[in-house]
Amino acid sequence: METVKLTIDNKEIEVQKGTTIYKAAKELGIDIPTLCYMHLHDLDIENKPGGCRICVAEVQGRRNLAPSCSTKCENGMVVKTHTTRVLNARRTVMEFILSDHPKDCLTCSKSGNCELQDMAHRLGIREIPGQEFAEMSSYRKDTSPSIVRDLDKCIMCRRCETMCNEVQTVGALSAFNRGFMAAVGPAFEQNLEHSSCTYCGQCVAVCPTGALTEVNHVPQVLKALADPTKTVVVQTAPAVRAALGEEFGMEPGTLVTGKMTAALRALGFDYVFDTDFAADLTIMEEGTELLDRLTRHLKGDKTARIPILTSCCPGWVNFFEYYFPDMKDVPSTAKSPQQMFGAIAKSYFAEKTGINRKDLVVVSVMPCLAKKYECQRDEFAVDGNPDVDFSISTRELASFIKQANIDIKNLHDEEFDAPLGESTGAGVIFGATGGVIEAACRTAYEIYTGKKLERIDFTELRGMEGVRSATLDFNGTPIKIGIAHGLGNARKLLEDVRNGKSEFTAIEVMACPGGCIGGGGQPLHHGNSEIIKARAAAIYAEDRKKPLRKSHENPFIIKLYEEYLGKPGSEKAHHLLHTHYFNRKEKILVKK
Amino acid sequence: MSSIKIELRKEDVDFIKETCSRFNNDPQELINVLHSCQEHFGYLPAEVQEVISEHLNVPVAKIYGVVTFYSFFTMTPKGKHPISICMGTACYVRGAEKVLEEFKKELKIQVGETTKDNKFSLSSLRCVGACGLAPVVLVGDKTYGRVAPDDVKGILKEYEEK
Repeated sequence: METVKLTIDNKEIEVQKGTTIYKAAKELGIDIPTLCYMHLHDLDIENKPGGCRICVAEVQGRRNLAPSCSTKCENGMVVKTHTTRVLNARRTVMEFILSDHPKDCLTCSKSGNCELQDMAHRLGIREIPGQEFAEMSSYRKDTSPSIVRDLDKCIMCRRCETMCNEVQTVGALSAFNRGFMAAVGPAFEQNLEHSSCTYCGQCVAVCPTGALTEVNHVPQVLKALADPTKTVVVQTAPAVRAALGEEFGMEPGTLVTGKMTAALRALGFDYVFDTDFAADLTIMEEGTELLDRLTRHLKGDKTARIPILTSCCPGWVNFFEYYFPDMKDVPSTAKSPQQMFGAIAKSYFAEKTGINRKDLVVVSVMPCLAKKYECQRDEFAVDGNPDVDFSISTRELASFIKQANIDIKNLHDEEFDAPLGESTGAGVIFGATGGVIEAACRTAYEIYTGKKLERIDFTELRGMEGVRSATLDFNGTPIKIGIAHGLGNARKLLEDVRNGKSEFTAIEVMACPGGCIGGGGQPLHHGNSEIIKARAAAIYAEDRKKPLRKSHENPFIIKLYEEYLGKPGSEKAHHLLHTHYFNRKEKILVKK
Repeated sequence: MSSIKIELRKEDVDFIKETCSRFNNDPQELINVLHSCQEHFGYLPAEVQEVISEHLNVPVAKIYGVVTFYSFFTMTPKGKHPISICMGTACYVRGAEKVLEEFKKELKIQVGETTKDNKFSLSSLRCVGACGLAPVVLVGDKTYGRVAPDDVKGILKEYEEK
């Protein structure tokens, strides 16, 4: 492998040919400031438009300063990253960027967690000369069911564009206009609702400023909690417990399951339940559907389509409804755990406790922004009353806990309430890429073979590679599993299915890189993929701790079927726990 | 796509389709396709961009980005008599800006816009190679030289009467 030698800030370094100055400096422990560059190493995601010009460095013998993120190292190069000239240039560039940026930091939802604000602080900006000559854009705010866009705050780092187009291949966002008016958005400056947007929220997850944020539903939740006529129940998704602590200064990967439960109880929720319970339920339904389709397929039934695709992820559902409407019958019809929970809470649980459906408010805490859209879908409501009333993100919950002055760090661990709070390790691992299919295989294996699973950990299904595959042996029947996270990776597998080239029995798709742990509603990773890996490790640690690790062994799930649903795939189960899909492109065009 | 059929005639859609296939439906040829379509339609309305998006397999947001980036492309139809005012160095120093202001005032439109009756549209360009005649104004194919703000009303009148 060819290497080059250079010096950066008087330190010598040898790097692979093609390495940028930015990366070489990082290897030396020099963190060159930047606003647009972002590299999620383990997920193979890189944004380097060379646009912000904050990362400039001085290269001996060159007339102009070089953007370090897009300048390759050469033999004998002498680079200085903090000369007076460099510092002045950075400051000037920053002043230009700030000149047409709104100055409403006090009330901006990104305040305190804004990379632009941090950079202004880091570069010691105390005034913005010449701002009177800047033209302020005044785009109208776009509020979709999940995402708020405030384009006046866009600094054209184009990270969202990279996520939306290259990583997710959704193609909803692109840069438009020039100069002061330049911003990123859907075609013809339409609302996101009228675009191909899947609400995966990966644009929000990487936005350095307040240009892209989530719709805040905390005020509605607060109102419900204050209403004495309402019984408010909350469900928390598996990925939330592995990330919430970060918002309170804890190390990434710290599990806060017990403290989160205590905090939710302190906030006033009447019942603190767990989406993991519904994840176990999902496995019962989806696993049964998989085995049914597989058995029929093996017997030669042409109507039994293989592969089966998971359907837990609403961003992914939105994606195939838009881009693959011809394949609506391929994904499982099982609802997502969030919606299964809502349906069971407002039927079984409401009946059991004698609470009128209308007086029961179901709140979900999700690592996800697409869940906000999902719970507003017409088909997930009964007579206009939604199964899940409000979905708030991990970040919103953190903000809620802070507003309520709850010292989460010093709370004693508490347990979830019964019956909808009991879960197995299989439910927990839904939060990481590969987890849903692993959970499904733990149950499907035992049901299909009638034997006890010796090795519960299907480690071959885990990892961070964008597309993975493994073949499992179900008593002589090979089960070929495909896994994709990130919608661009999912698209590759889907194209194969469409062209009849797919060899898989089942495919798991999660829209967000890393799975739900890397969701659009999680604490911001600021480009550090180690954080996402730490959350995955936490999820698998929680699984190992659980006494029960297979969904079908969950005693409350067994009871739910005995008392209420009959058996998996029964008529009642179908009515409450399964759904159908639409051609979303057509739906959007009609609305327009 | 249902919304397009209402807006564009079949032959328009066919033209776009043929144009795209002339460029092998290659996304890299987007700018050439846009040039051809603008030449044909006079402008690039949303519906045209949506059809291009389908045939070149480029997200329509990307196409809109390109159309709004290059000042040559326009999403508003040009008037029957497109007016261009040269803002090149020679014309500029001889008062082209004042001439432009006068046109804006008379027509009550900004640069890049078209009058409500679709008669006139206003654009500025950089040097038409007739610096000796500065400041220069083009109306359609006709060139006017040494234009002063006072001449603007008279120029417009020539077209009002037709």
